[in-house]
Amino acid sequence: MSTATAIEIAGLVKRFRREMLRRDYTTWKSLLLRPFKRRTDADYLTVLDGVDLSIEPGRTVAIIGQNGSGKSTLLKILAGIYKADQGTVTVNGRVSSLIELGAGFHPEFSGRENIYLNGTILGLSKKEIAARFDEIVAYSGLGDFIEAPVRTYSSGMYVRLGFAVAVNVDPDVLLVDEVLAVGDEAFAHKCETKLNQFKAAGKTIVLVSHDLISVKKFADEVVWLDGGKVAARGEAAQVIDIYRQGVARREDEAGRAQAEARVAELAAARRWGQGEVEITGVRLLDEAGQAHAVFTSGMPMNIEMDYLMRQPVDDLVFGVAINNSAGVLCYGSNTAIDQAELGPVPPQGTVRFAVERLDLVPGTFTLDVAAHAGDGRAYDYLTQVASLSVRGGPRDEGIWRPPHSWSLRAREDKA
Amino acid sequence: MSITGHLAELARHRALLWALVGRELKGRYRGSLFGFLWTFLNPLMLLGVYALVFSVYFRIDMAHYAVFMFTGLLPWVFFSSSINEGAGAITEGGSLVTKVMFPLQVLPAVKVMANFVNYLLSLPILFAFYLFDGVGLTWCLVAFFVVAAVHILFTYSLVLLLAAANVFLRDTKHVVGNLLTLWFFLTPILYPLTQIPEGFRFLVKFNPAAVITLAYHDLFFWGRWPAWGPLAGVAGLSLVLLVVAVVVFEHYKEYFAEKI
Repeated sequence: MSTATAIEIAGLVKRFRREMLRRDYTTWKSLLLRPFKRRTDADYLTVLDGVDLSIEPGRTVAIIGQNGSGKSTLLKILAGIYKADQGTVTVNGRVSSLIELGAGFHPEFSGRENIYLNGTILGLSKKEIAARFDEIVAYSGLGDFIEAPVRTYSSGMYVRLGFAVAVNVDPDVLLVDEVLAVGDEAFAHKCETKLNQFKAAGKTIVLVSHDLISVKKFADEVVWLDGGKVAARGEAAQVIDIYRQGVARREDEAGRAQAEARVAELAAARRWGQGEVEITGVRLLDEAGQAHAVFTSGMPMNIEMDYLMRQPVDDLVFGVAINNSAGVLCYGSNTAIDQAELGPVPPQGTVRFAVERLDLVPGTFTLDVAAHAGDGRAYDYLTQVASLSVRGGPRDEGIWRPPHSWSLRAREDKA
Repeated sequence: MSITGHLAELARHRALLWALVGRELKGRYRGSLFGFLWTFLNPLMLLGVYALVFSVYFRIDMAHYAVFMFTGLLPWVFFSSSINEGAGAITEGGSLVTKVMFPLQVLPAVKVMANFVNYLLSLPILFAFYLFDGVGLTWCLVAFFVVAAVHILFTYSLVLLLAAANVFLRDTKHVVGNLLTLWFFLTPILYPLTQIPEGFRFLVKFNPAAVITLAYHDLFFWGRWPAWGPLAGVAGLSLVLLVVAVVVFEHYKEYFAEKI
């Protein structure tokens, strides 16, 4: 076989009809009442919107993307379960899909009977199954349980048996959907070994996964599917990086909308104080003055709060505090502690707390702000007035990431 | 896909078909105390009920009535169970439809064949009744293979059509279930043909189930050759139905997975 590609997808479009359970389900009644109801574009949901992809034989390609991006639909089209609405899909060679493990298992049947049943469903002949039977049983690690009804299996055993049959189909193209996510550590290890064997044997593997670490480990190539389109494709680490940034950006947008809504609801936040000075708005800004909810570790961040003096006070301190999601105070300070020189305080204005480097370890944090008197009596104290997410950098741990470096030098002490 | 292509695909996957028929038959009684014995107990009990009602309470005046009625009832049970289960074969196919690449006509075919095997397995009981009741069997019994073949063809065609229809119109299964009851009473199974007023008797010719039932009566009970003409008519009708069913099924099967 000297075909140039194992999988060739061109201009693939897949749409699903929106089915609203209450109104749009076709019944004899609706058919009789509105036999020729026209379907408009609004009736359809485009899941794959013009996907072009060609995969060479022997490559391991991972498809990543957020929920609903069309990954599983694409895999099902490759498996021949769904039909493309537009475009062409060509798959060369025998396909085995690990989309559903243990398809057709009958709960009352023994593991042995189900191996034959499932194997037949996956396209193996009785002879082929008999030849691989011992290997399948050994691989599943079920031992004596192979004679027990499948309904008595734990879910892990069930999946192991299904996987053992599926990987023994000996395909040219293997489609894998999130299988690596099930089972215990030992099983995950077995899966890995098996996938590596497939790779070594020159099989083409297409895998869908949210587990970016294993994707990085297995895939020669990663395709990021976003909104039914190929958003990026290429070397694993690179595409995963682009994907992560994309996700962060989207989260940021969502977070910002939320943050705006929060500011509008300031009055409803948990707050206390006498009210001589009122905090009317809080913003988290980047160095360009853009409001964000997500910040990159090590980059600047500004906290701004608007205040309004209801009654003149001559003793006014502004403070901020950042707590992590466990409620641990990560940093807190105020203008009195810092002996900040703010000059004369106008009846209304904006206070800015500028952080040169936000050296927090990635995580979610909440912000408290306050305006109070020198003796601590609160004019206006707001807790959890905004939340911020810190991202980026390596997978270090803790709360604070000090600017740091590692080095090594030889020691020339006499032993 | 053409009719021959459709059937060839079915034939190519016969190992799968039989594996699933085995699953269906064995799975049905697995875990129950009597297990596979139910295959024989069920028709026996069914016979008991009908024999009690129609020869004691609701007297039908006919010699060897129980044997007669049983002869027609067993193939009807095959037919109606196939339709009832087969209409939902795709919609209840679960992960076999939505998660696995699979020749989908196997699913309705499995329902038909499983019920047919069940029918075959109940025949020894029927024969025992003939022996017990002293009704003789003749060589015309060989016509069974022809009648059964027509019966399977008719049943499969209908099941295929209904299974496809039920994916898009979930009411199908319920409508069919009720129509089957009507059909049962319109077919001379519980009563001999002579019970139908003479003026209406010709209508039976337009009821494929009646033609098939009468053919079974002929070859088992009356010990004579079935009426070949009407049987050929049913065979012809079944072929037309098969063409329609295959065209519909093959046209819509690509959408089954996403509709379930």
